[in-house]
Amino acid sequence: MNGIKTLADLKRKQEEVKSRIDLRNRAENPDSLVQVKVAMATCGIASGAKEVMEYFVEELDKRRIDAVVTQTGCMGYCFAEPTVEITLPGKEPMVFGYVNARKADEIIERYIKEGELVDGIIPRNYNTI
Amino acid sequence: MSKYNTHLLVCAGTGCHSSESNLVYEMLRDEVMRKGLDKTVQIIRTGCFGFCEKGPILKILPDNTFYTQVKPTDAREIIDEHVIKGRKVTRLLYADPETNSPILNSTQMSFYKKQLRVALRNCGAIDPENIDESIARDAYQALGKVLLEYTPQETIDVIKQSGLRGRGGAGFSTGLKWELTARNESTQKYVVCNADEGDPGAFMDRSILEGDPHVILEAMAICGFCIGANKGLIYIRAEYPMAIKRLKIAISQAKEYGLMGERIFDSDFSFDITLKYGAGAFVCGEETALIHSMEGKRGEPSNKPPYPAQSGYLGKPTCVNNVETFANVPVIILKGADWFSSIGTAKSKGTKVFALAGKINNVGLIEVPMGTTLREIIYEIGGGIKNGKKFKAVQTGGPSGGCLTEKHLDTPIDYESLAAAGSMMGSGGMIVLDEDDCMVSVAKFYLDFIVEESCGKCVPCRIGNKRLYETLDRITVGKGKPEDIEKLKNLCSVIKDTSLCGLGQTSPNPVLSTLNNFMEEYHEHVYEKKCRSGKCRSLLYYVISEEECIGCMACKRVCPTHAISGEKKEVHQINQEICIKCGACMEKCQFDAIHLQNDYPKVTAII
Repeated sequence: MNGIKTLADLKRKQEEVKSRIDLRNRAENPDSLVQVKVAMATCGIASGAKEVMEYFVEELDKRRIDAVVTQTGCMGYCFAEPTVEITLPGKEPMVFGYVNARKADEIIERYIKEGELVDGIIPRNYNTI
Repeated sequence: MSKYNTHLLVCAGTGCHSSESNLVYEMLRDEVMRKGLDKTVQIIRTGCFGFCEKGPILKILPDNTFYTQVKPTDAREIIDEHVIKGRKVTRLLYADPETNSPILNSTQMSFYKKQLRVALRNCGAIDPENIDESIARDAYQALGKVLLEYTPQETIDVIKQSGLRGRGGAGFSTGLKWELTARNESTQKYVVCNADEGDPGAFMDRSILEGDPHVILEAMAICGFCIGANKGLIYIRAEYPMAIKRLKIAISQAKEYGLMGERIFDSDFSFDITLKYGAGAFVCGEETALIHSMEGKRGEPSNKPPYPAQSGYLGKPTCVNNVETFANVPVIILKGADWFSSIGTAKSKGTKVFALAGKINNVGLIEVPMGTTLREIIYEIGGGIKNGKKFKAVQTGGPSGGCLTEKHLDTPIDYESLAAAGSMMGSGGMIVLDEDDCMVSVAKFYLDFIVEESCGKCVPCRIGNKRLYETLDRITVGKGKPEDIEKLKNLCSVIKDTSLCGLGQTSPNPVLSTLNNFMEEYHEHVYEKKCRSGKCRSLLYYVISEEECIGCMACKRVCPTHAISGEKKEVHQINQEICIKCGACMEKCQFDAIHLQNDYPKVTAII
């Protein structure tokens, strides 16, 4: 684009380029956002965690939900891979097992948006530091 | 298109660059390409994170992982372990200096917890060579706002109400300076950005220019709009090649976008910026000297008035502001004067960047609200004194400032409190000294700098400081006379009262403040010929321990001045009057029987 002539031009340009650094802006204040952690160890990747993670990244963006999607190591629930840990602001983390694209959609629509619990929750039996 | 889900931010400030961060960047990029991750992993070279002590810095987002001292050879492990498998590389994580345990999330680092980054808000967050990233972080919005919605006077009023004061040292109200320049009628006026950062150990201006160049361009244009200038000049020292490179890139990108040049935002306002290079003289930070240097004349100050606001560059009204001052302007316009004035103390608003250096654990660049205490800066952000030593003093304000001691630790820092404590804000250099530092030597160090940097125009500064230096030098080599202390005091006050410019008027400050706070050390040097810290070599004495010496004659044979006496199998003695303190004996002794002590040996009689 050439020539920013009005403030509206500048705002438009900003919208256009904002996605470049969105993730950085959000990371400054992660506790106020939805945090999605996808377990991406060998077992997870083998069961499709990579696709699940991409799905979360794209869909959360499309549905305009401010979230931080990260990957983590093996959570230890290898039987239920891919596993995803979701932390809503101010709430305890919740782990979901056997997540595929359909399940991810349900998690976004029902748990992340509405706070309803959905099937597939694995009781957390660990604490992290 | 899949989106980037991981951002790797590699610090490309001068500090990290010199410890090979560019290689780290290249290795990471190659590794990402090789693993086919270039669609999901974005690698960005950013400005300074401020944590220069532990560079090169690599920050990984979104999980806020803060890796320190990353080597190019670590790239593969980071990509394999962290990016692909999600396991942090623990050995590279920043470890808490108290507990020694690695910190997983950078928001937990005490270095950042107490900081409030306003001037440095984009440093380490964006790629300074890409205008799009700046625009995504609100660059040029403030310029658009003032051009389309405000009159120049309204803009000046906002800056005045915010309470912003010059960050270069003296702390003059920025809004008032603009107003004074605006009032002087002239067909041509100039905006000058003073990027001649001269204080030893201070590098905030460089970091801002390297990490966020667009904020300076934008602020200069705002200033130009307010005072009625269409030309801006950045006076930058040629010793800052990276800042110069990034400024040039920024100017050409801004022009390409139409944010700099003719009729910005379709208004009647045009603004253009050019760079002027300085050769790195300390005195050129003084605005009249700076202007002379830009005109191609000798960098010497001249009498004020006339102030640059009346007659500056090429005789035209000129507004000179420091880099850090400018960096605060756009955010004040966008967030409002009230937001800015809610930060800080009664008379000093906003935040201040300090360059922490010296005997402190976390050397680097920090930004805190005015009114933060020295204790918070040194012990919480700075992580305390190196090697668990005892805090002695902190030199603020560079060579023109003074030292603050333990009794000032809980003073809230602002322009007034620092001046009351006998120091000054200066540009924000903070050099921390511990019990191993000799205050007389510290004063001598700064005087040495001043003697080098004095432009030589006026006598008190040129000759007076040289005499101060010589007197201090005499004291540190043990030749000080009792009357020297009184002489120092008198000379200091004469230099202060009669020098022409700010450099000369403040040059005796390091001597005065060490005299005020550490008179006992001067007394020890003069009367007892003793330096308690052991820094003054001439006041150290080589002695042979009676218990450890076996009388092997080895030291006696190497002594070039035959100062050692004693027969075989007898304890040897060093005659202090002849000893030249070369240290050859200590090196030769295989029994560690020769020691250095800072008291004149009591027993010197030969047995």
